[in-house]
Amino acid sequence: MTKIFKKRRSMLYIPGNNPAMIQQGGVYGADSILLDLEDAVALNQKDAARILVRNMINVIDFYDSEVCVRVNHLSTPFGLADLEAIVPLQPSAIRYPKTESGEEVAELLKIIEQIEDRHGLPHTKMTLHAMIETAMGVQNVFDIASKFDRVDAITIGGQDLTADMNIVYTPDGAGIDFARKRIVMAAKASHIDVIDTVFPDVNDEDGLRRETEYAKRIGFTGKAVINPRQIEIIHDVYTPTDEEVRKAYRIVKEFKINSAAGIGVFAIDGKMIDAPIVTRAEYILRLANVTVG
Amino acid sequence: MLNSLGREIPEYIEGIGKLEPFQGALTKLSKGWMDEPTIPAPNKAYLPHQSKLCNSLEEAILRSNPHNGMTVSFHHHLRNGDILLVQTLTILHNMGIRDITLASSSLNECHDPILPYLEDGTVTRIYSSGIRSQLGRAIALGVLDIPVVIHSHGGRVRSIHTGKIQIDLTVIAASAADCEGNATGSHGKSAFGSIGYAVIDARYAKQVIVVTDNLVNFPCIPLSISQNFVDQVVVVDSIGDASKIATGTTRITNSPMDLRIAKLAADVIEHSGFFEPGFAFQVGAGGASLAVAKFIREKMKTKAIKGSFMLGGITSYCVDMLNDGLFETIFDVQSFDATVSNSLLNNRRHIEIPAALYANPFNCGCITNKIDVVVLGALEIDVDFNVNVITGSEGNVRGASGGHSDTASGANLTVVVCPSFRGRIPIIKKRVHTIVTPGESIHVLVTERGICVNPAFPELEANLKRAGLNIKDIHDLEIEVDKITGIPAPLEYTDKIVGIVEYRDGTIIDVIHQLKEK
Repeated sequence: MTKIFKKRRSMLYIPGNNPAMIQQGGVYGADSILLDLEDAVALNQKDAARILVRNMINVIDFYDSEVCVRVNHLSTPFGLADLEAIVPLQPSAIRYPKTESGEEVAELLKIIEQIEDRHGLPHTKMTLHAMIETAMGVQNVFDIASKFDRVDAITIGGQDLTADMNIVYTPDGAGIDFARKRIVMAAKASHIDVIDTVFPDVNDEDGLRRETEYAKRIGFTGKAVINPRQIEIIHDVYTPTDEEVRKAYRIVKEFKINSAAGIGVFAIDGKMIDAPIVTRAEYILRLANVTVG
Repeated sequence: MLNSLGREIPEYIEGIGKLEPFQGALTKLSKGWMDEPTIPAPNKAYLPHQSKLCNSLEEAILRSNPHNGMTVSFHHHLRNGDILLVQTLTILHNMGIRDITLASSSLNECHDPILPYLEDGTVTRIYSSGIRSQLGRAIALGVLDIPVVIHSHGGRVRSIHTGKIQIDLTVIAASAADCEGNATGSHGKSAFGSIGYAVIDARYAKQVIVVTDNLVNFPCIPLSISQNFVDQVVVVDSIGDASKIATGTTRITNSPMDLRIAKLAADVIEHSGFFEPGFAFQVGAGGASLAVAKFIREKMKTKAIKGSFMLGGITSYCVDMLNDGLFETIFDVQSFDATVSNSLLNNRRHIEIPAALYANPFNCGCITNKIDVVVLGALEIDVDFNVNVITGSEGNVRGASGGHSDTASGANLTVVVCPSFRGRIPIIKKRVHTIVTPGESIHVLVTERGICVNPAFPELEANLKRAGLNIKDIHDLEIEVDKITGIPAPLEYTDKIVGIVEYRDGTIIDVIHQLKEK
């Protein structure tokens, strides 16, 4: 399974019990849509949300957006029922909240695969996004990120993490900065995507831009979105500059020419170009919707 | 007889007269002169130092020769805060006047109290650019025997010039006026900005009453309405509900859907070929339309493009763009919020214009003819790009023709913005219920689910495709939306015609049939 550098700049949360928002989810151009059965849904709406998402997910056209579902944790009365309802529908990914250890992921995957077996489904299509939202999860993040082929992204949940750490969430993100960087490093070492937490103030466009720029700078591949109005800014931050695109185009083009001639490592303007640089260049071109002919 | 859009138009309607079918947006204008004569405005006389001040609106009306069969006109610059129209008709009703033709430039929810006067024969004919709320419902159900006439803002001026509408009495609300009737809407506690729609009424009405809640020392400046046309002046405590006349600064929508549509529309404009230095621009004040201005403003700054003028219904957002130096001039026929009045009063590049200069098709060039880009809304649009802005999905008359067809006719690029469905009702139809603006004037439809280019403009489509925009065939988008919403059952109508929709040149583009009540 190719795990690195999917186009996941934005992941739009949509409450699973809101039919109008689900119906419109695909029109905003988010790279990913996250139909939420967990925190966005009140306890007395859990069944309704599960049934609604189950019935809508394969009927509504979400256009080019990847569709994921956040289920409830298995320790709640809803987690298993969510998996039983959603796994057979094989969304692009299941997002699992408050993941704390590799053992927990192994147990979750076992349940998912049992459901898939019962429905005659492969174990390769749907992936898993692990949310890191507790101090324990941060401590064990490398295990979570690296041990399982089906985990192709990890994410940080800032609000829950600060609550678990018994600190106040501040706009400068001071309390979760170490967690952010540790999670990014685990993802990079595992060659998977890593998605930053939401920016809660939907009216603070400058604040969103600043935080997204910071997340990009320290290595996050995208950012969660709680309002469609935030998508444009996040995409803008993550969209490569013309200069970056030109450089990437040249690298990929030269790579193709050299590969055809059986040459693995080559130089452009005196700088050595090897596989990781080519992979990075290909990712930039994907972000910019540019193909090399 | 059929008009060129295939709509059945009667040759004659009792109480309206002979009808001329629509033949194309510019067909009638293309020969360069009009067969319809301009009727003379009334000549009047006033003796030196004779007072125009009356003690009450009732006294002023009594002096104005009220009579059965009279035509009474109003402007709608006070929007939903207007109280004078209802007061005037109540006074006329109490005087026993019947068979009145009401010729208000538009009608809003605040005018619902006149409904009993339609039912009892006080008002028997209506000319207006818009009708809404309970009045719109009652008209759709056939409360009047004679169909209402829906006209555009430009078309209204043409109707008055050519004598189709002959005004006996106009009552003009002004936020400031002097004892001679010099009047304006640009200052005072009830300031509403431009008074552009009332200028033609003042010029042509046999009797002109200016009503103000702010009598100022002579002369009241600016002379938006000048004293040589005004017969009487009335001072009242209030001309309307200030909170509904001008509601502060218009805010850009927070709706993610409207913003999404607006962003796409701004992208369309940017890549249309008309986003050039010196371009002229008009947007409405509602929903996605005003939000387009936000994105265009950003693009103008980024690309260092300076426009020529903004036109039409003016918001504080337009004023900000003028003050930012992004446009040279604002032509203001109607102001949409309180802060606009101050700019209109103090900035010489912010120019108040009458509706004739704004949009009258029967002259040597109204300003709508100079528009490069206009952004308009729609209640419905069909696969031939014909637009309905007057009747709702439930069959009620509930909108306004306004400047829709005037601006669409003049603009190099007319962009219609609307969601692909509202509630459970699809907006794109095989055939709209009522045509107000012909598809030939519409270049692009922008919805959240895709952009549709009128196939009559292949070069525009090529430009937009080259820019990577999500262009869909309008037939495909219609099918896509119908799959989501289902196709609503058609409404049922009788043969009775309850409204006729005039195109701006006076030809009939469509008629509205009586809705069967369920």
